[in-house]
Amino acid sequence: MSKIRNWLLILLAVSISQVNAQDLPDPPSPPRLVNDFAGLLNDQENNTLERKLVAFSDTNSTQITIVIISDLGAYDIVDYSQRLGQKWKVGQKKFNNGAIIVLKPKNAEGKGEVNIDVGYGLEPIIPDITAKQIIENEMIPHFKSNDYYGGLDAAVKAIMSLAAGQFTADQYAKRKGKSSPYGFLIPIIILIIVISMIGRNRGKQYTTGSSSMPFWTALMLGSMLGGGRGGSFGDFRSGSGGFGGGGGGGFGGFGGGSFGGGGASGSW
Amino acid sequence: MKNIKKSWIIIAVILLLAIIMYTSIKGTYNNMVTMDEGVSSQWAQVENVYQRRADLIPNLVATVKGYAEHERETFEAVTLARSKATSVTIDPTNLNEASMQQFQAAQDQLSSALSRLLVVVEKYPDLKANQNFLDLQTQLERTENRITVERMNFNTKSQEYNSFIRSFPKNIYASLFGFEKKAYFKAQEGAEKAPEVKF
Repeated sequence: MSKIRNWLLILLAVSISQVNAQDLPDPPSPPRLVNDFAGLLNDQENNTLERKLVAFSDTNSTQITIVIISDLGAYDIVDYSQRLGQKWKVGQKKFNNGAIIVLKPKNAEGKGEVNIDVGYGLEPIIPDITAKQIIENEMIPHFKSNDYYGGLDAAVKAIMSLAAGQFTADQYAKRKGKSSPYGFLIPIIILIIVISMIGRNRGKQYTTGSSSMPFWTALMLGSMLGGGRGGSFGDFRSGSGGFGGGGGGGFGGFGGGSFGGGGASGSW
Repeated sequence: MKNIKKSWIIIAVILLLAIIMYTSIKGTYNNMVTMDEGVSSQWAQVENVYQRRADLIPNLVATVKGYAEHERETFEAVTLARSKATSVTIDPTNLNEASMQQFQAAQDQLSSALSRLLVVVEKYPDLKANQNFLDLQTQLERTENRITVERMNFNTKSQEYNSFIRSFPKNIYASLFGFEKKAYFKAQEGAEKAPEVKF
């Protein structure tokens, strides 16, 4: 009797999973890496992200795909992401190096949710804690102020720099911890030096008319270093800096990667 | 003369039949071996993720202990359940109902001990704000997710294999060569989903 019940349970489980699989969107055709089903990004933002991700997929083979939907249906976002990544086969079959970012913006349906799922191959490079930090530090602060593009862009940059092997996951955590107080102090110190030098030189020029060389040096120094003020993530930018110009070919398609459920999620 | 010719024909027919049978058995047998290996390697993956969870526990217990010394009983229950769960492993060639039930019972016990520990945590707001604890929580959450995924994959692999060896005429070869039905993970009542690790 219990055997029959068990069989029925299995049958039920299998049939449910088949129904569920049909709910998930099909892989985009023609293939794309940025899939904004909610119409959250404008064309320019969408294309910029797409170009960046395609270029990264071409050079590094790591495929990062972004999916934005306004309603998850009956799914938990974690479950949704893993199944969708598996269905679309994001990443290369050989390396399983796909990453899928699913974003459900805050709307009438409920709170905002985001999930990063990484393929088996990316799990050692982007451990769960690191994925969580990317969500908490790079994405949610932007999302809270409705800057969805900014959050996605920052997260994509962080993932790229990790996957590019420039930084290990530990270095990412350290850098993040250290750089924030640094980033604030350096421009302030430079500004003080520059202002005080300007003041001193002006005084000197009036009285003695001596060389104004230190003033120019300081100004140059100031403008050079001032460029770094843009954001604490300045260092990571070098990883993707070259991609801006490379337009051209579109995305060739997903490569057959598998997902084992690693990553992190967050809500706001 | 006639008799000799007849016996030659019979021999030829038998030979032909033997060749056909050989190739069909060979193909089926090799398929079964491949699928059997697939189930075994997926099983290894399942044990892997359970081990991953077990590895997180000492750290988790140590962190919680720092804030909630009085909950000794809960810690002991988790530690005991963990050692039981890690001692029950299944040789992939022996994935039958009984061994599977034993494995699952041990792991489910650990799951429930863990969820009791996480209920205890509720009482300690300082602990819930501890970075080390938050990191462990993230890892645990995702490990439970990995367990769900790998179990699901295992059931799929197992089901493919079972329906392969049980259909006619492969079932004859299967019993001939000793290929046995593999067990499934069963959804426990109220535990179809991974335990929620939310606060």
